[in-house]
Amino acid sequence: MPIQVLMPALSPTMEKGNLAKWLKKEGEPIKSGDVIAEIETDKATMEVEATDEGTLGKILVPEGTADVAVNTPIATILADGESAADLAKAPAPAAKAAESAPPAAAKAEAPAPKAAPAPQVVAEPEPEVPAGTEMVTQTIREALRDAMAEEMRRDADVFVMGEEVAEYQGAYKVTQGLLQEFGAKRVIDTPITEHGFAGVGVGAAMTGLKPIVEFMTFNFAMQAIDQIINSAAKTLYMSGGQMGCSIVFRGPNGAAARVAAQHSQDYSAWYSHVPGLKVVAPYSAADAKGLLKAAIRDPNPVIFLENEVLYGHTGEVPKLDDFVIPIGKARIVRAGTHVTIISWSNGMTYALKAADELAKDGIEAEVIDLRTLRPMDTETIINSVKKTGRAVTVEEGWAQSGVGAEIAARIMENAFDYLDAPVTRVSGKDVPMPYASNLEKLALPSAAEVVEAAKAVCYR
Amino acid sequence: MAAPKKAAASTPQDKTDGGSPPEFTREQELKALRDMLLIRRFEEKAGQLYGMGAIGGFCHLYIGQEAVVVGMQMALKEGDQVITGYRDHGHMLATGMDANGVMAELTGRQGGYSKGKGGSMHMFSKEKHFYGGHGIVGAQVSLGTGLAFANHYRGNGNVSVTYFGDGAANQGQVYESFNMAELWKLPVIFVIENNRYAMGTSVSRASAQQDFSKRGASFNIPGKQVDGMDVRAVKAAGEEAAAWCRAGKGPYILEMQTYRYRGHSMSDPAKYRTREEVEKVRHDQDPIEQVRNRLLDAKVSEQDLKAIDAEVRDIVNASADFAQHDPEPDAAELWTDVYR
Repeated sequence: MPIQVLMPALSPTMEKGNLAKWLKKEGEPIKSGDVIAEIETDKATMEVEATDEGTLGKILVPEGTADVAVNTPIATILADGESAADLAKAPAPAAKAAESAPPAAAKAEAPAPKAAPAPQVVAEPEPEVPAGTEMVTQTIREALRDAMAEEMRRDADVFVMGEEVAEYQGAYKVTQGLLQEFGAKRVIDTPITEHGFAGVGVGAAMTGLKPIVEFMTFNFAMQAIDQIINSAAKTLYMSGGQMGCSIVFRGPNGAAARVAAQHSQDYSAWYSHVPGLKVVAPYSAADAKGLLKAAIRDPNPVIFLENEVLYGHTGEVPKLDDFVIPIGKARIVRAGTHVTIISWSNGMTYALKAADELAKDGIEAEVIDLRTLRPMDTETIINSVKKTGRAVTVEEGWAQSGVGAEIAARIMENAFDYLDAPVTRVSGKDVPMPYASNLEKLALPSAAEVVEAAKAVCYR
Repeated sequence: MAAPKKAAASTPQDKTDGGSPPEFTREQELKALRDMLLIRRFEEKAGQLYGMGAIGGFCHLYIGQEAVVVGMQMALKEGDQVITGYRDHGHMLATGMDANGVMAELTGRQGGYSKGKGGSMHMFSKEKHFYGGHGIVGAQVSLGTGLAFANHYRGNGNVSVTYFGDGAANQGQVYESFNMAELWKLPVIFVIENNRYAMGTSVSRASAQQDFSKRGASFNIPGKQVDGMDVRAVKAAGEEAAAWCRAGKGPYILEMQTYRYRGHSMSDPAKYRTREEVEKVRHDQDPIEQVRNRLLDAKVSEQDLKAIDAEVRDIVNASADFAQHDPEPDAAELWTDVYR
């Protein structure tokens, strides 16, 4: 029976790609290991190697096709002795895709954000943006890159260092093109040595340079956390204000997809615990750009938590010469009167989806994107809760000592008399992140849980 | 498990490569004597104040190691940075920081270098290019490499002098830093102050490679063992290393073979070594006595040396006086300097 070649997933979070080029023609013999096609993702161009031998039977997806979903059959390979006539015997593409690729198929129906087609982030325009400003549609990845490039053009003391940031163009392609524009002096590939290069960055910052230190993921920053906390966060205080440290530590934080416990951890609570640090965790493309620019200019150490799942998501970014969003301001992304839902970063995906669902049942949720975790915009939270009398927090991290716990405490301290129900937390489950697709889904928060919590605090 | 080897019986200078170091001029000898004496008298006073309860927390004295920082400082030029670990009072005084400000920081007063918020292990002076004072063993090595990175980035010709001990030399980030420093040819002198004990653990009990000058070998960083009790040898080695760095050749390692007379901290009963061992080093190799004897041989009068003694004692006594009478920081200082 002819063998189907499926659109491969080239990274844990890849959902689709472009079939850039066929390197073999129909009827050409193929050996295992032959490169048969080139696939483009938003991160890179990759080669597809044949894993079977035979003859390229039929090309099902012509070259130049964009947005081919992972696991779509793209070609058939005929085994020895088979002919084009045998192609009819190949299973129907949909059935084959479903049976041969349970993880991806499961992802397609999951409520988890990584499964949803990359949504247009539905953020309202920033209040600081003048009316009539032209908007450009960008991925978050591009917005982050532009923020760094603009600040590097503006200030020769800004440089970026980390693993694979230069020649490889960024492990997640966030630093794409920076080496070409700014050269190797300011875009620096480091050895795999997080503890060491975090310390080098802090030392350079103590002299007045403004490093952007990229961690390939924040999971690896655990190796460097002593330098981040003991050296970066505390030096200004320990020196009586003489010597501070203007530095940005940035990279993807939280769960990606199917990378299990050591690579799927949310550090929001960890860093936001620490005085001396600022902690930013944007959700939208515009916020990613405006807040990263603010972080680079900030004279304090800033932890800038990105999210791998969101990198490919697009949003509208104001086309302004210098679009900077102040650190420390939350944003009401959706106005409502019945319940306040508070989240940040990828948690917003669940929050906004839940708000849509709740609206169908007549519950109007007010959704707040915190954007900055430290300093936390308590005022925006409290004003909303005074209006709604109910609050639900949503985070991917664990509940114990989490950011949701902190928000709940602040609401209790500042708006106890306004509450009509206990503040409720939706969070990651109290377990290390499992690998299996179904368990991973269960471990993460979901829109359904947010809906349930919101209904519960509304006594519905 | 094999019994740990006894601490090496050899004295520090046994390992140093042969030949006497270049002679100092009389002015250099006098300056070295004065700067080392200041550190010693200051540290003795700090020890007394600690005993009186005027200094709290940890207090790590530099007595015995004075030639290292004084000799290195004589090899540097304006703009070179200094960074070290927690045994840091000597480094501050050698870089020219004011004794009053250092002592007042030890007593936690508002006139201290960190307004009383840093304490013994956490003091800084941008003016004197002193970057701390770091309480986490080994952390200053990555930071000091970062200072060198900044020098390289700016092309300012300055050198980062990054001090750490034989104990810190076993930390992982030291080797991460060695690798980057050589890879990027950063101007940093790694000064390993081998005082033979990491708290209570002798070098032989903690280090597989006890020749610390070889610790950079797998990164191709040159290293040298130096008699850290002879200020002339320290200065000469420091000049050689600084020239190497300034020529763009990358980092250099200097193992300073030295000795601390006092315990690791004030609360250390020092049961891990004998009193005789300490007395022998003090008698045979004391860095200050070496200079004093050379000066006497060169017919400098006792009276001139006593004048230096008196000047130093005045500075130290004044600093102790200041540090005990300066007010504690205002309560409002609790909330300042967290962010800027």
